[in-house]
Amino acid sequence: MDLFEYQARDVFEAHGVPVLAGAVAKTVDEAVAAAETIGADSGGVVVVKAQVKTGGRGKAGGVKVAKTPDEVRTHAEAILGMDIKGHTVHQVMIAQGAQIAEEYYFSVLLDRANRSYLAMCSKEGGVEIEQLAVERPEALARIEVDPLVGIDEAKATEIAQAAGFGDDLLPQLVDTFGKLWDVYREEDATLVEVNPLVKTQDGTIIALDGKVTLDDNAGFRHPDHAALEDQASADPLEAAAKEKGLNYVKLDGSVGIIGNGAGLVMSTLDVVAYAGEDVAGQPKPANFLDIGGGASAEVMANGLHIILGDEQVKSVFVNVFGGITACDAVANGIVGALNALGDQATKPLVVRLDGNNVEEGRLILAEAAHPLVSIEQTMDGAARKAAELASAAN
Amino acid sequence: MAIFLNADSKVIVQGMTGSEGKKHTQRMLASGTTIVGGVTPGKGGQKVEFEGGVSVPVFGSVAEAVEATSADVSVIFVPAKFAKAAVVEAVDAKIPLAVVITEGIAVKDTAEFFTYAQQAGTTRIIGPNCPGLISPGKSNAGIIPANIAEAGRVGLVSKSGTLTYQMMYELREFGFSTAIGIGGDPIIGTTHIDALEAFQADHETDAIVMIGEIGGDAEERAADYIKDHVTKPVVGYVAGFTAPEGKTMGHAGAIVSGSSGTAAAKKEALEAAGVKVGKTPSETAGLMKEIMQGLAK
Repeated sequence: MDLFEYQARDVFEAHGVPVLAGAVAKTVDEAVAAAETIGADSGGVVVVKAQVKTGGRGKAGGVKVAKTPDEVRTHAEAILGMDIKGHTVHQVMIAQGAQIAEEYYFSVLLDRANRSYLAMCSKEGGVEIEQLAVERPEALARIEVDPLVGIDEAKATEIAQAAGFGDDLLPQLVDTFGKLWDVYREEDATLVEVNPLVKTQDGTIIALDGKVTLDDNAGFRHPDHAALEDQASADPLEAAAKEKGLNYVKLDGSVGIIGNGAGLVMSTLDVVAYAGEDVAGQPKPANFLDIGGGASAEVMANGLHIILGDEQVKSVFVNVFGGITACDAVANGIVGALNALGDQATKPLVVRLDGNNVEEGRLILAEAAHPLVSIEQTMDGAARKAAELASAAN
Repeated sequence: MAIFLNADSKVIVQGMTGSEGKKHTQRMLASGTTIVGGVTPGKGGQKVEFEGGVSVPVFGSVAEAVEATSADVSVIFVPAKFAKAAVVEAVDAKIPLAVVITEGIAVKDTAEFFTYAQQAGTTRIIGPNCPGLISPGKSNAGIIPANIAEAGRVGLVSKSGTLTYQMMYELREFGFSTAIGIGGDPIIGTTHIDALEAFQADHETDAIVMIGEIGGDAEERAADYIKDHVTKPVVGYVAGFTAPEGKTMGHAGAIVSGSSGTAAAKKEALEAAGVKVGKTPSETAGLMKEIMQGLAK
């Protein structure tokens, strides 16, 4: 889960990372009220910042300095509701103004290739870091961090020196890096990024912006993380699926997909997309839905319920390989699910079963002879059929 | 020979007394695996009876199990929040191979137990979030169904469990030396490269199927490795061409971030290394069939 900047700021503050005062506002009035408090220590100067989980806010006009309450009002009115790269701005952060002297960069992240952690640091912050890494790689220090040791004083010093910082800033940087490491480790983050990390005109180091990604698998250690979820922008079908414990991702097509196992479902999406290229309207997959290894009737019913609730769906492709679960159990699950759904099941279902007890499974479906269900022998054939049905329904 | 797992492998199961552990221990026994013990803290001294009149002793720790049985493989089914402690225990007992089936382990825990195992230098980890591995007719350490395919001369390495099963099914006429599911998490103990290296060295493997998916750059690195080190024919498949950017597709590691981790880039890298890449699982199986038929001539 990616956090909004204001949430990252709050987490930073809780771990002692130096940040400026900031508060989130959902309306223009809230923004003006927040600016009154936040701006009290900075001569009334605040920054109104769009809260969206994407980069390039500044260029899009989503970050504005305001010197008076009227300016706060004008900027908040303009920014709230703005669209930035497909993300609607529902909230702004009112941040205290700062006298910036220099902008730096710092991050610590999961390094998949080395199966370790990586710290990155540069004296040239405030720019797109991917761009800096390509154009001037020598300006970006990359230091491996041992997961069992972390960023201790020695490692923090190594990082700062590798980035070319002198002794004057070292004590503050070492302290700040250590605290950002605390955020990374104690919150089970997979990314903590500060861009820019600034030196103010009086020489103080401050994390001016923050990007934090938390590990969804670590929720058991962090009951408080659930409150950080962005329910306002969640897709309603994804939210409903999550409540049922289903692994579902909404996509933009018309062929609903149910399968078992993440790899097989990803592969099913691809095969459906290829099949769709050859029929009218080029139907595409409507979703990703992995019902896991054991495809019980209940899970199948829950899955079908979600998919049939998607108005874009015109046909459904159920693709199951009976590995641990036998195909007859899966077939019973499908029949049971359709019975449970009754009149709510309205769209044609193409079923492909393979693996354990496949003959028995196909027989169960054939005997049930549900008018919406057709059985196909291969994954490619079933994908074609589902694409054709979706195409014909348009 | 097969890779990592053989007829003489002595397997223990951490978490054998839990429902998943018990179910799959029964299945592993049925497929001929030598299971010498289970490990559940606090339950040492008990025995678990399995169908077929097999009685498997339970030990309170991995160290006790190894001491009593000389086990050299541990299959780990313990719940995600206890998985790190279980792997650390296996490493401390110097088990050569730990197969972590458990799904949903926090990546910090995996980073820590993987580093711990690397530094100890005693234990290869497979997984987590994987179906394990099977050397058909010899041994089965994990949850791969043993009845899909028999022993043969194809080697298979895959990030995905069900695609492993699907590919074994499509190529069942040839059979497998070893099929190994390495898992779909961002950090895994055994990579495509590790498996490719072992298959290249294995005298019972003639050709290799490699299945990847979106996320990270393991397939690109495997392509580089193949170019320089693998002379046996390799056929590839990559899942997730239609996956949108920024969405996790079931596996914690299956995510396209910005322009990195795409299926298209992986396919391109593999093809540049001389690997034939199928567009669908069946097309991939078809490519391997041609190779195996060619080798048979």
